[in-house]
Amino acid sequence: MESLLELQPLFWQAVIETLKIVSISLIFGGIGGLLVGLALYTTRAGGVLQQRVVNGALNVLVNTFRPIPFIIFIAAVQPLAREVVGTGIGDPAAIFAISLAATFGISRLVEQNLVSVPEGVIEAARSMGCSPLRIIFTVLIPEALGPLILGYTFAIVAVIDMSAVAGFIGGGGIGNFAIQYGYRQYDYVVTWAAVIAIIVIVQLVQFFGNWLARKALRR
Amino acid sequence: MALVNPNEAVADSQPLVSLRGVTKRFAAQRRKSTGVLAVDDVSLDVAAGDVCGVIGYSGAGKSTLVRLINALEPINEGQILVDGQDIASLSGKQLRVARRNIGMIFQQFNLFASRTVLGNVAFPLRQSGMSGANARGRAQEMLDFVGLADKASNYPEQLSGGQKQRVGIARALAPNPTLLLADEATSALDPETTSEVLGLLRRANTDLGITMVLITHEMEVIQSLATHVAVMEAGRVVEHGEVFDVFARPRHPASRKFVGTVVKGVPSPAEAAMLRERHTGKLVTVSFTDGAASQGEVFQKLGAAGVPFELVYGGINEVQGKTFGHLTLALQGSDVAVDGALSTVREVAEVTEVA
Ligand SMILES: Nc1ncnc2c1ncn2[C@@H]1O[C@H](COP(=O)(O)OP(=O)(O)OP(=O)(O)O)[C@@H](O)[C@H]1O
Ligand SMILES: [Mg+2]
Repeated sequence: MESLLELQPLFWQAVIETLKIVSISLIFGGIGGLLVGLALYTTRAGGVLQQRVVNGALNVLVNTFRPIPFIIFIAAVQPLAREVVGTGIGDPAAIFAISLAATFGISRLVEQNLVSVPEGVIEAARSMGCSPLRIIFTVLIPEALGPLILGYTFAIVAVIDMSAVAGFIGGGGIGNFAIQYGYRQYDYVVTWAAVIAIIVIVQLVQFFGNWLARKALRR
Repeated sequence: MALVNPNEAVADSQPLVSLRGVTKRFAAQRRKSTGVLAVDDVSLDVAAGDVCGVIGYSGAGKSTLVRLINALEPINEGQILVDGQDIASLSGKQLRVARRNIGMIFQQFNLFASRTVLGNVAFPLRQSGMSGANARGRAQEMLDFVGLADKASNYPEQLSGGQKQRVGIARALAPNPTLLLADEATSALDPETTSEVLGLLRRANTDLGITMVLITHEMEVIQSLATHVAVMEAGRVVEHGEVFDVFARPRHPASRKFVGTVVKGVPSPAEAAMLRERHTGKLVTVSFTDGAASQGEVFQKLGAAGVPFELVYGGINEVQGKTFGHLTLALQGSDVAVDGALSTVREVAEVTEVA
């Protein structure tokens, strides 16, 4: 217990670092996932931007990278991270890997939720003379907003989960804190403090996401 | 219908919608299976102000046909002119502009669940560049027209089916289109709500002068609303004409079947045999097919000739204020009296002896 009191400044720093890694990754992964998801959905057969080749290529890409366990993925993309963010270790490399993995994961969530928008509603918009872009932003996304928010909430929780692995390539955050000061020192109090911090963050995210989705669905 | 100014006769003679040899084939979904010829060499004209009903059984190609008119599906062969414009030749942007002149309503209404009733009706206006305030004003006007002004801030899920379709109509008519396409607009509604919606469409035609192509598999819809009817079977238009003519003298077997759903025709040989078992006297069928004669007139003539009669089969119907149908009568009395009476009836209606 004393050790936790002693480590308190480090603990709070780890919490802040986790929040930083998660939010930056979410900005990139969230937008990337939205774009790839929209592309997956709109280029499919019968979509408003039907493009067989593009759709096929995207599907192969997403299907190849999405199932890779994150702890392997983060190591595997290290060379790519070095190219893109200039380093293969630390927070920037972790953020890069998480953003990439989140893009693949979120793209499927987005695609699945857009599929749930009735075909007829899109046909109605087409019959009014809406352009594909207008259909995407004024029909598809608003119509799927409730489930999309729930999907993103799920994705945020998954990203928090991924961020715990950042320590593996020298990134910081709660996961790293738990391993370094809890697991390696056999200090269960410290480990559990980290666990509780993660639980609290996840609960807050889930609560907020549910509330927002309810508002969007008016239920 | 509006009076025709002789000077405009030339312009008027050009139909608003003109299909020439239109063919639509859907590619095979799997190898080996052949594609579907959904619309097969269809030529059809719809004049401005007309309500053209398209009737046919499921799979006949009705939905595909209307979806070709606003180019939701590309055609394989033929030509479609809407207001003189070759729809198939338009670029993406031109086509979107042309579509704003063609409203469309659907069996499943297809309202935007995320928008209020007012938001739904204002949507097509906003997307064609109208300012928010103007769009809301116009949308409110349209809601008044369909009698749903008090539902403006409700969401579609809070409305009944009939109300949803009225919102659909308001949304389709808000941009002031010249043409309205309706795909089974009343098929999801109960009979009472159906007649409400049909009444509204009739007002759109008479008060706003909107030309319509409406698809249905219910003859009642054609009867109460259409001026013209096209009967479709297996992708082809097998019969087309003014509603009265098709109803009174259907030529194609498919048309006869549809007409038979709203009015009983001539008894079949089996039915005739049954009638003969149950009734005495001479059986004749009086046909009203030119819209001129009324059944009252016929009954009067028989009465004047002193021939008692009994109505044993058939039915009479009215389309566009004109009577049509077939009545089979059992006539009593001497052959001379009956023949004399029938010769006077023949002056106003067609008479055939039941074989
Ligand atoms: N997108 C499509 N791809 C492949 N085949 C299609 C497609 N749309 C329609 N068809 C086929 O075209 C034919 C005509 O279909 P269509 O929907 O036009 O019929 P319909 O007369 O409207 O029938 P219903 O009364 O059931 O609505 C059918 O055989 C149908 O299977
Ligand atoms: Mg159909």
